[in-house]
Amino acid sequence: MKKIIKYVMTDILRNRIVLIYTVFLFITSLSMFSLEDNVNKGLLSLLNIILIIVPLVSIIFSTIYVYNSAEFIELLVSQPLRRKSIWLSLFTGLASSLALAFLVGTGIPVLIYQANNIGFMMIAMGILLSIIFVAIAMLAAVKMRDKAKGIGAAILLWLYFTLLFDGLVLFLLFQFADYPLEKPMVGVTALNPVDLGRILILLQMDVSAMMGYTGAVFKDFFGTYTGVMVSFVAMFMWILFPLWSSTRKFNRKDL
Amino acid sequence: METTVSMRTIFMIWLFLSGSLLAHAKILHVGIHQQFITIQAALSSASNGDTIWVEAGNYHEKNLLINKSIYLKGFGYPVLDGEKKYEVISVKANGVTIDGFKVIHSGVSSIEDYGGIKLYDCSGVTVQNNILEDNFFGVYVLHGNHCTIRNNRVSAYSVEEQQSGNGIHCWKSDSLSIIGNTISGHRDGIYFEFVTNSIIWRNNSFKNLRYGLHFMFSQNNTYVSNIFNNNGAGVAVMYSHGVKMFNNYFIENWGDAAYGLLLKEISDSYIGGNHFEKNTTGIYMEGASRINMEKNLFKDNGWGLKIQASCMDITLSKSDFIGNTFDVGTNGSLVLNNFNGNYWDKYEGYDLNRDAIGDIPYRPVSLYSMIVEKNPPAMMLFRSFITSLMDKTEKIIPSITPENLKDEHPMMKRQLN
Amino acid sequence: MIIATNVTKSFGKLKALDDVSVTCNKGECIALVGPNGSGKTTLVKTILGMVVQDSGFITFNGNNILHHWKYRDQIGYMPQTGRYPDNMTIGHVIDMMKDIRGKEAILDEELFASFDLQSLLNKRMRTLSGGTRQKVSATLAFLFSPAVLILDEPTAGLDPVASEILKEKIRKEKKKGKLVLITSHILSELDDLVTQVIYMQDGKMLFHKNIDELRSETGEEKLNRAIAHFMTKN
Repeated sequence: MKKIIKYVMTDILRNRIVLIYTVFLFITSLSMFSLEDNVNKGLLSLLNIILIIVPLVSIIFSTIYVYNSAEFIELLVSQPLRRKSIWLSLFTGLASSLALAFLVGTGIPVLIYQANNIGFMMIAMGILLSIIFVAIAMLAAVKMRDKAKGIGAAILLWLYFTLLFDGLVLFLLFQFADYPLEKPMVGVTALNPVDLGRILILLQMDVSAMMGYTGAVFKDFFGTYTGVMVSFVAMFMWILFPLWSSTRKFNRKDL
Repeated sequence: METTVSMRTIFMIWLFLSGSLLAHAKILHVGIHQQFITIQAALSSASNGDTIWVEAGNYHEKNLLINKSIYLKGFGYPVLDGEKKYEVISVKANGVTIDGFKVIHSGVSSIEDYGGIKLYDCSGVTVQNNILEDNFFGVYVLHGNHCTIRNNRVSAYSVEEQQSGNGIHCWKSDSLSIIGNTISGHRDGIYFEFVTNSIIWRNNSFKNLRYGLHFMFSQNNTYVSNIFNNNGAGVAVMYSHGVKMFNNYFIENWGDAAYGLLLKEISDSYIGGNHFEKNTTGIYMEGASRINMEKNLFKDNGWGLKIQASCMDITLSKSDFIGNTFDVGTNGSLVLNNFNGNYWDKYEGYDLNRDAIGDIPYRPVSLYSMIVEKNPPAMMLFRSFITSLMDKTEKIIPSITPENLKDEHPMMKRQLN
Repeated sequence: MIIATNVTKSFGKLKALDDVSVTCNKGECIALVGPNGSGKTTLVKTILGMVVQDSGFITFNGNNILHHWKYRDQIGYMPQTGRYPDNMTIGHVIDMMKDIRGKEAILDEELFASFDLQSLLNKRMRTLSGGTRQKVSATLAFLFSPAVLILDEPTAGLDPVASEILKEKIRKEKKKGKLVLITSHILSELDDLVTQVIYMQDGKMLFHKNIDELRSETGEEKLNRAIAHFMTKN
């Protein structure tokens, strides 16, 4: 397993895209902190990067990488290796290189300018979202045989998690406007890792005051130790479930 | 020491001069080695127009009742301790001056409003240069007239609203001057009810449990260059008209129900040159009418301005909106208000004729803020991709945000600093 | 050594393998023949565990391959078209395979030497011609001296010289008592190699015969003729 991870990692690092991604994150994060006249504004722009760019790059890159590694995977599968370890190595390689890219690209500027709870939460969420979207990408890639379809599905999934899901939530909120929805919404958040990450970061930024009663309800839950633990568990479920499902699928896949 | 001595010399010269006018005025000395050991004793021998000098030291006078027009002067902040049982100083005479004392530990009661220094039905009283610590109410003015509260430091350490009175509390008074005081840790920093024609100038009110400044039914007062920061709920003013607020700072009033400035049923007022920074809501208006707001700075607030539909005839001009999450929030269409010539940092228009005025109007109410007004749980989508996308679309094709709520002449550059 | 029992596999509507049962033993050299799309490669891939059958099972030395992935270290596989990560060089690929297979295996670098891969060691895989790739595939298949060799169209794309080298190598390994499984649709080249023939068509196994048996039955010396004879007879 270690050996395969090693080869996947060297292959990804040889691929310039991850390097470019790291540099891109680094430059944008630095410029957000140094160009904006106030740190909070920089943080908010950074929030958009974490919630939009990081999932996008993670899911697209991983999907394409899995398809492009078809030969590599085929070669490995014919060797005395367990399929599960091939797949998990691929995941580990992808997840760790993308998480590393984020940690270097965004983590370092954040640690320089915002070494506090907000900063740490942002880094944690960025890393978790990177990994989650690698897991989701691998599920999409293993389900679709066709590369074009697979990439299409990856983009749709990204769109769903960053945009459509929230649209649905908004729709539901208006449909059931007569009911007290604040508390159920805490649960709904767990259904989308991007929303979960956003709310955890926002609560660290102390904007719950602005969010009125909803903010208070959210803070009551996410502000407690248990709440934070539960949300982290939910985030991990978002890694584990797609990964488990894709591993199962890969075990039965014909190459 | 030297300054005290020279101050004392000047004071003596002044006394000598005025003494020659009021031939019978005398000075009574209070201190351990002086003629009088307690202030009460000196007070009993004093007559109107006399001066009582109090040396530094601790004085347990229980309730010190001043019923003569005297000048009570402390040197080195003599401490008057109410032992948590008594009202420390009660003033029931006109023309009294209390200067340079440290007044501490007044009684706390749920029946009576004990004050560190309380004025009862008097006029021309001056309370200045005192330190008031850990009192139920700091300075309490009841039916005062032409009184001056100046350069006092008023602080308390209460944690519960019920256990705490207000820093400077004025009730049914007229023509007061509240100047240069520092107030913290009370329930409300400065509290007015039925106070008229007064001036509140250069006070600093911070970290009070509820409001930095709170007034009701107080007409024609003027508030200049005060700083209200970090108060539990900011500043609340209600049911008054003729309010004038100049150059005040409303800063960091951040919390679920905190406002930089809450205006409720305020009319015919002027709010100019004030700074609203880092508040949950810069100004919240409800039932306000005929208010002229200009040259105010709204910076880094959650909402710069929240105007309920019950407001009318609000003029907002020459103000700067910078870094607010939402510039203006409203629950209605706000037809009767006028926004003109403000700078909005979110303005994305252009200025072809280079007259420093944007060529297309700015709509300060975002779609998302409207949605949140209608459906508060939608706040859970705060800062999500979809809401910023909706706001962008709405800017290009306005459909839901109020048609006539717009600044026809948005400025291209900041006007204030 | 390898026993497949009632193996069935469909890709959508297409039945790639239809109830195929086959037994392969040590020392045999089996030709898996049949027209294009008859299911030869699928069968090979099923044996390798790269394709998972819908029903039936395959055992390798008595162990069901579904649960015992380790058996693959006894197989050298040369795919029909060798596909390798584009960014790797020949050297990288060989090193990686050595790394994955572990150090216990006795290395057989005969083909590496006779194909003169040493001089191409730093070439990236994407720059290689089809023939060179086949050379790399063949080298890798024999490198670890496996007990079983599965060669999918081994000579396709090889130049005559390389083709001869490879055949010679196969012959040599056969003599060592290894099981060799070769698929090919060009029958003529298998004449002097094979001991058994499996004929497949449309996913079905039509026959599995000893070559001598086949020759005597048909009276034809050449393999392709023998099979043609058999086919027309049916």
